[in-house]
Order: sequence, then structure tokens, then C-alpha cells
Amino acid sequence: MINIFAFNIPFASIFLLMITAIVTPLLPKKNRFNEKFSCCVIGLVAILSAYLLYALTNGGQSLAFNFSMGHFPAPWGNELRAGPLEAILALFFCVAMLLSLTGNFSSTAEDIAPNRRQIFCVLVNLLMASLLALTYTNDLFTAYVFIEINTIAACAIVAVKEGAGTTRAAIRYLIMSLVGSGLVMIAICLLYDLTGHLLMQNMHGAIQVLMVTKEYTMPLTVALALITVGLGIKSALYPFASWLPDAHGTSTNASSAILSGLVLKGHIFTIIKIFYRVFGLDVIHYLRMDTAIFIFGLVAMIMGSVHALRQTNIKRMIAWSSVAQVGYIFLGVGLNTVAGVAAACLHIIIHACVKPMLFTAAGGLSAVAGHKKNLHELMGTFYINRWAGLGLIAGAFSMMGIPAFAGFASKLSLTMASFDHPFIVWSLATLATSSVLNALYYVPAVIVVLTKNKNAQNKITAPEPTTLYKFSMFVFLSLNFYLGLFCMPLLRLITRGVNVLQ
Amino acid sequence: MHEELKNIWKNFFNWVLGNGPRPENEVIPPDPPPDLPFTQKPQDKYSRFHEATIKERYEQWLEIHGLHIFSILYSGLSILTCVVIVCLLLATVAELPPFGHERNPANNEVIRRYVEHGGHETGAQNIVAGLILDYRAFDTFGESAVLFTAAVSVLMILGASRRNKLNKSPSLKSETTSRNFLQRGPPSLDEPILRGVASLSIPAILMMGCVVVINGHLTPGGGFSGGAILSTALILASNAYGPERVHEFYNERTFIVSSSTALMIYALSKGYSFFTGANHFHSIIPKGTIGNIFSAGLILPLNICVGLIVAGTLYTFYSLFSKGDL
Repeated sequence: MINIFAFNIPFASIFLLMITAIVTPLLPKKNRFNEKFSCCVIGLVAILSAYLLYALTNGGQSLAFNFSMGHFPAPWGNELRAGPLEAILALFFCVAMLLSLTGNFSSTAEDIAPNRRQIFCVLVNLLMASLLALTYTNDLFTAYVFIEINTIAACAIVAVKEGAGTTRAAIRYLIMSLVGSGLVMIAICLLYDLTGHLLMQNMHGAIQVLMVTKEYTMPLTVALALITVGLGIKSALYPFASWLPDAHGTSTNASSAILSGLVLKGHIFTIIKIFYRVFGLDVIHYLRMDTAIFIFGLVAMIMGSVHALRQTNIKRMIAWSSVAQVGYIFLGVGLNTVAGVAAACLHIIIHACVKPMLFTAAGGLSAVAGHKKNLHELMGTFYINRWAGLGLIAGAFSMMGIPAFAGFASKLSLTMASFDHPFIVWSLATLATSSVLNALYYVPAVIVVLTKNKNAQNKITAPEPTTLYKFSMFVFLSLNFYLGLFCMPLLRLITRGVNVLQ
Repeated sequence: MHEELKNIWKNFFNWVLGNGPRPENEVIPPDPPPDLPFTQKPQDKYSRFHEATIKERYEQWLEIHGLHIFSILYSGLSILTCVVIVCLLLATVAELPPFGHERNPANNEVIRRYVEHGGHETGAQNIVAGLILDYRAFDTFGESAVLFTAAVSVLMILGASRRNKLNKSPSLKSETTSRNFLQRGPPSLDEPILRGVASLSIPAILMMGCVVVINGHLTPGGGFSGGAILSTALILASNAYGPERVHEFYNERTFIVSSSTALMIYALSKGYSFFTGANHFHSIIPKGTIGNIFSAGLILPLNICVGLIVAGTLYTFYSLFSKGDL
């Protein structure tokens, strides 16, 4: 049985972050105290999540427990649920958030006015709390409430940097995201009407009964489709991803890193939870949603890269690359096997560590080139800010899937997972094509950054990267190599987590 | 008289010709560059239509008609998509369990316990209040946080930046006030009817809002509806007496402090309740007797917190969107 300290960690992490968000406007702004305070709290939550993971998987067991929010048991009150998978995701979300904030600590100060920075800090804490709530919740309506918080906070951290471009991007993001919320809301209403529950395992039971009696198949299909499309819009599944490059490409570096690395992943994990805990894999297969997701994933992998090829702005290029990477995750989900979903979860984690590193590196490089973001203007910047250059190179190699870099591990596990699937040819061919396409746009970026600039007289004297930047980049790089070289224990842990998810 | 008529006519004549006095901020376009002599003139691409290739003709045609065709296609496809989705959803709704039928899946043990035991388990006479603030209080905490998030986001986007710009350039300030479209006519000074009615009704509205909030666990209502009523009193006061008067006692700082404190009380008190509930500890919060004003455990203070947040958020939205300041 799990000890009482670890038992309270999911609840405590969500409430710690919420309370930090609420108290931040009242804290002193001087010396960026409130931002440092938030970073400390996120770090503390990361440590707590690591302990929870240890307690849940200690000694080869894989535990999962339910935590009822209040004095009333589950179908009547709200409930949280924590298993190994939730703990791993919470840990990596916290680490990626912390590194995104510390790595861009100085660029945030350049981009955002001081009175806005305070509210930025509130929003980041709310975003983190909502991500953890989405990870831990066992109740579909609670998930919806925190999807709302997530949506508003995510749009606001795009608009936090002043300018016409960010405002336009934020409005576009808000409209698309609200369409997604509306669809999810309709789907939850339909599901409640059909099952009479909002708690995930009770909905699962009711849906199993409906499947046996063959009643209400059509509304069930529509509800599943609506919830998938709604969350697909929010997680930038390809045909619905038109908002992403603007939102991620124009916002401040910290926001781009957080949005690309974390916000998309929270929604994808919600889809995985709904597939596993509400519908069940056999129902998903019966309603043909796995094939649909698989095809969407394949198209996203190719089209995201094709769009990225056409970009000249480095941040927009990295943003479009996120669309392709989301395609990889949906490919894993669409395989509809434990191995596939585990590979998808591994890719969620790896992308959550690599994409913030790429955005932080791109921000550092463009800062030394006088805040220019076009690729040809970044020539030779590697030699001015070597940490950022290393980050970009490692991130690019990771995205291409070079062995020993993080992306290789997830591509390998996705390939392994597709071996016992009827669509293996499609999946392998698309993985290969997409890797080549990734190389086609990341390699030129690396070459440009590494090429020495001949006309050195217009060289900009850039400030030395701060110690915090170097430290964050160092942690990003070590995480990258750790995930690339030693991913198998992590993958085994994830597989155990997926097995107890049902 | 004759001179004056002449003057008016002259002004009118000038106005028709466009020679009237220019507004201060009018942008005068720069003069076009002088025409080059014919020999140096750049050749017009489409001047000789018969020689244009098919591609050029297509591009020219696209330039003239492209936008029109695109808008037709766009609206046509939008209508088609909407019709398909509407049909799909209507077909789905037709397949759903019939409304209000006793054997519907939604009429199960969850609802039964809420209805039958809701009163003595939560201590609230109003079952809905017991449901949203005790059984499912975590969701309601999330909802209040949604409002808080939205309010601080709008405050950040509209409040701070606009004010900074106004301080920097006074010309923008006059422009912003003149563009104040929600405020018809000069505010407050010559609207005796509005002020009279407001002075009579604001106390009544405030009283009504307080009653709805405080009796939330006894009668229909609660924090959300009562907070909305309270905010209408603030909005009415802002319209009748001018936003400056409201600003004296309700400004950005008041909003932030009151919402943060209210949400904080909610989080701490309910956090205690969640913690004791999940760990099966004894909770010191008394239930009280059903029907008394001090009953139902935490529901009364939570209703007040939610009411404060809702009232503040709605007034903040109104104030920021109408005059760009709080």
C-alpha cells in the first residue's frame, strides 16, 4: 500500500500551483521576486512528482490509487487518479516548464513589460496547475473545466508580448481553441446523457453495456468523433493546426516553449485517457476511431514537415515541426495497442523536453543576431552563443532521429510498436519519409548557424548568455542525451503505467 | 444676415468641393512622382492584351475575379459544412434517450443520492448549492478560477498597455475618449432621470444581490447569480455617476486583491475539506441545522467568495471593454 505522504501528492501539487497563481498578484514585484517564487514552486512540485513516481513503482510493483476530493466517494464527488504514467508525465511536464522559464528568464524581461510580467507569472502557474489537473483527473467534467483554464491561459500568454502580430495570433488561437472547447462540451453532454456518469470508470462500464446491447451506437460514435476533433484542434492535429505557427512563432520564447512543449501534450494525454479509461480500446476499434486517428497522424507527419520546409523564419519553422511531431504521437495512439500508446507517451515526454530546448536555443541565437529571426540572418551565430548553438544542433539531430539523441528513442519505439499492426507498411514508409523531410529543413538551419560570417564588420556585440541560460541549456542537453541513450527503463515504466491505466 | 447666409453658402460650397478646413490628424498622401517622358516610361505589362500568354491572362483574370470567387467558394463551403454538422447533430439528438423518461441512463444512483440524501449530507436546503459547492466543489473551484483567469488576462491585455500608451501621448487619450462608443452623450452631468432612478435602484439591487448570495444554500441562487446581480449595480453606478466615482472605491487594485483573497479563502478552506475527506480525518467544520442561515458547512462562505469573484469579473469586463480602464 502506498504511504500517506505520496497519497496526497497529486492533490497537493495541483493546489500548491493554484494557490501560487492566486497569491502571485499580491507578492512584491521587486527584483522579479514573484517569478523566482513561481519557479521554486514548480521545482518543488517536480520533486514531489518524482517521489510519487518512486513510491508507485518501488520494488517492481505498479500501483494506482484514487483520491476522492472531499468527504463523498467517487460517483458523487470528484476524484483524482494517479498511476505510474500520470506521475511520469507530471514529472516531465514540471521539468520542461521549469527549464522553459529559467532558460528564457532574460528574454522574458526583454519582451514583456514589468506590469504584464506579474500576470504572465499568474497565467503560467494556472497553466501548470491545469496541466497537472488534466493529467490526474478521473472525472470528465473536471477535465473540461481545466481545459477551459488551459485554453484561456494559453491564449493570454501568446498575447502577453505586445504587438499586432501576437494579438492577431492570439485571437486566431482563441477562436480555434473555443471551437474545440465547444465540441468537447457537446460530446461530454452526449456521453452523460448516454451513460449517466461523469466518472471515467463508471462511464466505461456503461459504454460496455451499450456495446453488448448495441444501443445508441450512432450517438456514441458522434460523441467520440466530436471529442477527438475538439481535442485534436487544441492539440494541433494537422488539418486543424492552422493557428499553431502564428501563435507559437510570434509569441515570446518562453510562451513558445511552453505552448509547444506542454499545452499540446496536456490535450493529447486527455485524448489518451478518454480512449483508454472511458471507451476502452476494443470500443475505439469497433467505432473505427483508431484508423481515423492513424490516418490523421500520417498526414500530419508529412504535411507539417512540408509546411516547415517553406518557412524562412526559424521560430515558424520549429512551430510547423511541432505539427509533424504531434502527428507522430497520434500515429502511436492510432496503433491502438499498449505498445503504440506507450510509444506515443514516450514521444510526448521526449518532445516536451526537446521542443522547449529548440525554442530556447532559437531565442538565444536570434538575440545575438539583433533579434532577427530569418534563417539567413543567423549566419555564424553559433560562434557568439555556443550554448544556444549546441542546443539547436542537438534539438535538430533529435528531431531527425539521429541515434543517441532523444528523438531516436521515440522513433525506434514507434517503429517497434507498428510491427504487429496491419498498416505496418504505411506507418514505416511515413516514418522514413517524415524523417528525411525533417532533415531537409533542420540540416540547412544547422549549416547556416555553423557557417562563419565573412563580413565581420557588422558583427553585433551581443551580451554574454547568463549563467541561468547556460545552466538550463546544460540540463536540456543532458536530458536529451539521457532520453536518447537510456530510454528503455523509461519505456518499460511507461508500459507498466499504460497497463494499469485501464 | 445677408453676410451670414453668404458665409454659410461659401462654407457649404467649399465643403462640396472638399476645400473645407482639414482635421488636425488627417494624413495627406504624398504627391505622386512626376510622369516620366514617354520614351522612359516602363512598359505596361498588360497594355497589349493580344500578346499575353495564357498564364498571364490567367493571372490577370485571377487578379480581377479571384477574391470574388474565393469569397463565394468560402461562404458556400462554410454553409455546406454547417448544414452537414447541423444535420449530423440533429440526427444524433433524435437518437438520444427520450427527454424526462424514468428509465434513462441519467436517472441512476448518482442522482438518487443527490436528491434523497443531499439535504442531510451537505446541510444545504438548496440541493443545487449542495451539489456544486460540496459534492463537486472541485469543479466549482475550477470554474471560479476560469473567471479569475479570464479577468486577469483581459486586465493584462487591455488595462496596463493602454494606460501606458495614454500616459505617453496625450493626443491618443483624447482620441480614445472620443471613441467611447458605449457612452452616449456626456456622462452623468445632464441625465437627471438616470441618476434619479439609479439612486433609488442601486441600494435595492445591492440588497437583492446580497440576499441571493447569502441565502444561496437555502433558496435558489448562490454565488454565480448573486454576483451577476451585484455587478449590475456597479455597472449602473458607473453609467449614472461616471466611472471616476466608481473608480474611487473599485479599481484595479481592489479587484485584484478582492478576487485573489476570495479565491484564496476558497482554495484554503476547500483544500482542508478535500484533505480531511480523502484521508478520512475528522473535519472540524460543523454542518448546522438545515434551514438556518448558519448551516451547510462551508457553502455560505464559499458562496460569498464566488459572488465577489463573479461581481468583480463582470464589472471588470464591462469597464475594460467600454472605456479601456478599471
